[in-house]
Amino acid sequence: MAPVRSSATGPGRVLVAVYAIFALAATSRAGVQIGTKFHEAPLAYGLSAFAAVVYVVATIALAKGDRWWWVATAACTVELLGVLAIGTLSIFDRAAFPQATVWSVYGQGYLFIPLVLPVIGLYWLRRTAPARRVEAD
Amino acid sequence: MIVGFSVTVAVCALLTALAAFAQSARNRLPDRPLLAALGIVEVLLVAQLVIGVVLLAGGERPGSLATYLAYLIGCLLVLPVGAAWALAERSRSSTVVLGIACLAVPVMVLRLIEVWHGASA
Repeated sequence: MAPVRSSATGPGRVLVAVYAIFALAATSRAGVQIGTKFHEAPLAYGLSAFAAVVYVVATIALAKGDRWWWVATAACTVELLGVLAIGTLSIFDRAAFPQATVWSVYGQGYLFIPLVLPVIGLYWLRRTAPARRVEAD
Repeated sequence: MIVGFSVTVAVCALLTALAAFAQSARNRLPDRPLLAALGIVEVLLVAQLVIGVVLLAGGERPGSLATYLAYLIGCLLVLPVGAAWALAERSRSSTVVLGIACLAVPVMVLRLIEVWHGASA
């Protein structure tokens, strides 16, 4: 029987683990920023919270697999667009981002993992796409 | 914060991560010694929390109290959750997941030390 793979098995479990760590990092950072100094830069900290939500959704969807495939794909796509947009904005308008978010300068403060992660995520989702799995059967 | 102790915790976690990656390179499932090492790192992290809280109670203050507490408590979660996720499906990936969870610990501990010395976030 051809292996039927959900995004949540095999190497996908490693991906979920990395996503979970970023979900924790982004959520904690956004929580602290919003809880202690939201008024200093509402836009930047709002986006920080948005990034956190995207990571949490991506983690859960990748971990659930199967029917959550579309949710995972949407989350990873938004994540890629987000890191590119915020990364670019943070370089050209430093004043709007007085303090680092996960996506500042394309995730520089996190070894650029935030930039690489959605690419690997989308690649993995392509490999585990429902249509492909039907073909594999 | 006792920096020496936290550095020790970080080094132990790093060594455990290396051991996990070495095991996965040899296609091994997580074995008892590896899980025991994870347990030891977690105990050290709990000790770090106790030391941190005692110092706070003694009146010392980090650069940002909220960030400091987030790291102090957050780094306790990584190994138990990582181990649960790793062992739910036993495969070569389990060992890699354990390695990644261990790798997150020194990063968080180093940030913890920075925050204690005045970094704000």
